[in-house]
Amino acid sequence: MTTQLPPGLSLEKVDEKIMTLNVGPQHPGSGHMRLIIQVDGDYIVACDPDPGYVHRGEEKMAEYRNYILNIPHLERPIIHDSCNILYPYCLAVEEILGLEVPERAKYMRVIASELNRCVYIQYWLGIYGIFLGHSTMFMWPMGDRELLIDLLEKMTGARVTHSYFIPGGVRNDLPANFEDVCLRQVNYFEKRIKEYADIFYDNPILIHRTEKTGILSREDAIRLGTTGSVLRASGVDFDVRKKEPYDVYEELDVHSNVLKEGDSLARSKIPWLDMLESCNIIRQALEKMPKSGSIRKKLKPNPRGGDMSVYKRVESGRGSLGCYIVSKNKPEPYRLKLSVPSFRNLIALPYLLKGEKLGNMPAVYWSLNYWPVEADR
Amino acid sequence: MSTEKDSEQQEAPAAEKKQVPAKLDEQLPKFEKDLADKVVAKFGEKTEVAFVKPDRIRINVKKDNIKEVAEFIRDDLGFDHAESVSGVDYPEDKEIEVVYHLGSYTDPQLSKQILTLATRAPREDDPKPGNDSTHLPSLREIFYSVEFHERECFEMLGVYFDGHPDNRRLLLPEDWADLPPLRKDFSIKGR
Repeated sequence: MTTQLPPGLSLEKVDEKIMTLNVGPQHPGSGHMRLIIQVDGDYIVACDPDPGYVHRGEEKMAEYRNYILNIPHLERPIIHDSCNILYPYCLAVEEILGLEVPERAKYMRVIASELNRCVYIQYWLGIYGIFLGHSTMFMWPMGDRELLIDLLEKMTGARVTHSYFIPGGVRNDLPANFEDVCLRQVNYFEKRIKEYADIFYDNPILIHRTEKTGILSREDAIRLGTTGSVLRASGVDFDVRKKEPYDVYEELDVHSNVLKEGDSLARSKIPWLDMLESCNIIRQALEKMPKSGSIRKKLKPNPRGGDMSVYKRVESGRGSLGCYIVSKNKPEPYRLKLSVPSFRNLIALPYLLKGEKLGNMPAVYWSLNYWPVEADR
Repeated sequence: MSTEKDSEQQEAPAAEKKQVPAKLDEQLPKFEKDLADKVVAKFGEKTEVAFVKPDRIRINVKKDNIKEVAEFIRDDLGFDHAESVSGVDYPEDKEIEVVYHLGSYTDPQLSKQILTLATRAPREDDPKPGNDSTHLPSLREIFYSVEFHERECFEMLGVYFDGHPDNRRLLLPEDWADLPPLRKDFSIKGR
């Protein structure tokens, strides 16, 4: 081959024994992304993730819209966790515009954020179940998820894309009698998800498929800069809610779940344990929330930020989610960067798949808690 | 109420200008100030501390020094991973800024801190990514976690990272032949 390749593209010579497989982008086991996998017989030799099939240019779009107009489109990368992706954005804009959030709104944000975390994890758990061939584990989370979606609908007016968080507070107040309904539903939800242990996590077939597959050591998890459930499954105790508490998390008793094994089973258990913890946090927040009061600061039309840059992060359903905003005395951000956990965890995939059997690929890939749309932004 | 009145009364004298810098210095959070001072003590004028806020420090460096400063931050200060790498385009300065947000998992004292390390690369009006003067040294040997972030920065802003083993496209299509999309002169249709 003498053709000149453009910079950034390369051709590789491949061993005769090695076969290259393109998993995705249409393959149902990969999400909207492609994994270029090289196999020697049944074993994976190398894996090159190729995301970008759902890249929508959120960061570019944000530079053309003012701080309020940015809200609805910024939650599109992960609609099932829309409160948590708007959270760091709102915290950053509040610092830029110098807004103080009312106490009641802070608690409402915590409740919405934790409910949304459970909604996301239930969706992910359903997909994880179906890709391991466990249909019941698809049906149960999808059904139980409706409980919390109903709560969020009462709270925000929308089932999935809530656009609920705004700089300076939340969009609307709680409906009458919400606290009682929420408490009842969350208690029932907690009872339900405890039953998942019997059917899924203690199931010998699941344990056989996921235990000791795709092991990520503690050192590697730190070195690769992974976050969230991947990091905590490898024995690193790092939860932004606990380490750098934002809003009212300081006043709540947050327990971060850590497992030491670092295999697919541990990585899939952490989100489930997080859901149980979320139920605890919601109950605490309902108890401590002021019963009345303002829910948002009134914003000036087209507010302008000063000349500064801010980086804020929160713990989302998948891990630490950061938002970096550069403001230049304009109603629009000069540059907005979302540092999303899915993108940060993707770097671990080639290491986890190396030496695994091809049949274990879905178990390892989905245990990363990876959401392609979020990673591409 | 009484404190507000007191502060108003104090503002009146002409000595105000002299007092302000001293007060600002006291207000700076001590732990963060110490960290920034360590970097300044080691590198002197090679680094510039842009701001020190609670839990956030920002240090600007020249691109020739970024590797040694990053190595010092990792080995002596204890930051062990990169949270994000963002490129910011400044056409009026003819420069592109690359910002590394560094954090620490291993040192419990640093878990709240984000150290922002920023450097600037020259920018050309007619970019040919990889073949023009927009180059920066890669930090991938020092912080392994920047690998994908730097690839994204390369395709989105056209900053080529010297020493990065895998300078390929990541999110954009392979046949993308337009400007790097996050540059300011790439404009969205109708805007």
